[in-house]
Amino acid sequence: MNFVERAGAKYLTPMFMASGFGMSVAVGVLKRLTHVPRRWRSTLDQMHLSGVRSLHVVLFVIFFIGMILALQLGYELSRYGQQEAVGFAVTISMVREMAPVMTAVVLAASVASAMAAELGTMKVQEEITALEVMSVDVISYLVLPRVVALTLVAPMLTLLANIVGIVGGGIIAETQLNLDYDGYLTNALNALAEPGFLGLPKSIYAGILKATIFGFSVAVVGCSCGLQATRGASGVGNSTRAAVRNSIILIIVLNFFLGKLIYT
Amino acid sequence: MIKLENVYKAFGGQQVLDGLSFDVAEGESLVIMGPSGAGKSVILKHIIGLLQADDGLVDVIGNNMSTINSAKLQDLRRDMGYLFQHSALINWLSVYDNIALPLRETTDLSKSEINERVMEVLELVYMQDARQKFPSEISGGMQKRVGLARALCTRPKLLLYDEPEAGLDPEMSGEISRMIRRLKEELGVTSVTVTHSVNCALTIGDTLAVFEHGKLLLSGPPPEVLNSDHQRVREFLCAPID
Repeated sequence: MNFVERAGAKYLTPMFMASGFGMSVAVGVLKRLTHVPRRWRSTLDQMHLSGVRSLHVVLFVIFFIGMILALQLGYELSRYGQQEAVGFAVTISMVREMAPVMTAVVLAASVASAMAAELGTMKVQEEITALEVMSVDVISYLVLPRVVALTLVAPMLTLLANIVGIVGGGIIAETQLNLDYDGYLTNALNALAEPGFLGLPKSIYAGILKATIFGFSVAVVGCSCGLQATRGASGVGNSTRAAVRNSIILIIVLNFFLGKLIYT
Repeated sequence: MIKLENVYKAFGGQQVLDGLSFDVAEGESLVIMGPSGAGKSVILKHIIGLLQADDGLVDVIGNNMSTINSAKLQDLRRDMGYLFQHSALINWLSVYDNIALPLRETTDLSKSEINERVMEVLELVYMQDARQKFPSEISGGMQKRVGLARALCTRPKLLLYDEPEAGLDPEMSGEISRMIRRLKEELGVTSVTVTHSVNCALTIGDTLAVFEHGKLLLSGPPPEVLNSDHQRVREFLCAPID
C-alpha cells in the first residue's frame, strides 16, 4: 500500500463509514416516525433531559452573546452616528444566526455528548447486542425518542434564546451605549417586520426551521456515534468526542447552506 | 436443532473457526470448552445470527443463518434465549422491566399476561423479591439470574449461555450451574453453553465438546471426555495448579 492508499484507509474510509452509518440512522428514524405515539413516555423523558436540563446553559450563554453583539456593534455603529440601529442589528443577528446556532452548539456539547456516552456505554457492555438478540428494534426503542425529543426541544429553546439574547443586548444598549430601552425594543421589533410563513416574521421562521434541522442532526450524530462505540472506556470517550466535534461541524456547514437556501 | 458443517470464520488474518462441524439434537445440552481465543463465543454468535460464516453451513431450527433475511431472523430469535457473560441488563430498567422488555417489544401479550409471565420466570430463578430493584442494586450472581429469567421469558426452544459462571465465586457459580440444569430438566430446552469451568460442564452438559484453534478436538459425554486419552484435551482440562 502506498502513502495515499494508507492515508485513505486510515482517515477517509472510517469517515465515509461513519457518515454512511449516520445517514442510515437518520433514515431509520424517519421510517419509524409512526412509532412515536408508542414512545411518548420516553420521548417526554428525553425532552426533559435535553430541554429542561440544558435551558439554563442555553439562556446564560445567549444572554452574554446578546450583550457582546450589542457592545461590539454599538461601538462600531456609534462611530458613524448610527448607534440607534443597534436594536435592529442585534435582533437580526440573534434571530437569524446566533440563537439557533449557539443553542445547537450548546445542545451538541451537553446533549449529543450525553447521548453518545450513554449509548456507547450500552454498546460496549453488550446491552445493545442484548436488545438485538431479543429482537428489540434498537432504532425505535433507543434512538427515535432521543431524536424526536431534541428535534422538538431545539426550536423551543431557540425561541426563548431569541428573547433572552435581545433583552441582553438591550441592557447593554441602555447602560453602555446610552440608548433608550423602549427605542431599542421598537428598533428590534422593526427588524422582524418582514412577513414570512403562517404569520411569523420570516427571520423567526427561518431561525426555527434551522433550529429544528440542527436538533435533528445533533441527535442523529450523538446517537450514531454512540452506537458505533467499540473497545471499552476509551472507545466511549472517542465516540463522545466524535459526537461533539461532528455535531458542531455539521451545524456550521448546514447553517451556511440553510442560510443560502432561505435568504436567496 | 443446530447443525454446523465445515464452518470457516476469520477476523483480519486470524482464522477463528477452521472447518468446524457439530450437531446439537433437540433437548440436548451441549457444553463447549476450550482455551481463550479458541472461538467459543464466536460459535454462539453464529448460532444467534450476530455473525455470519465466511464459508460452510450454520443451520438453526431449520434456518440457514447465511441466507436468512432480517425479518425471519427476528422471528427466529424469539425462539432463542441468550445469557450474556456480564448479564447485559439495561441499567435504567428495574429487574421486572428488564424481563418484561422483550415481551412488551416483540409480542402482543396484554399487561396481565406479561405480568404473569414475568412473575413465573422470576419464581423459576428465585428472584421474586428483587423485582423492583435496579441492576446496580443487586449482586453479580443475582444479575446472572435476572439475565437467565429474561432469556427464559419468551419461552425459547433454544438457550445459549456465554460463560454463565464468569465473575462469580465457586458457590454462586455452582448455584447458577444447578439452576441451568434444573431448568433444562423442567423445561426440556435445548442449550449450548460456553464455559471455562469443568464443574459447570459436568453439571449442565449432556455432551462436552473441546475446541482449539477453531477445530473440534473431542466431544462426548462429559465424564468420557474428562477421562479420555487425548493428550491435548487432558492437558487443557486437567491443567495442574502451581
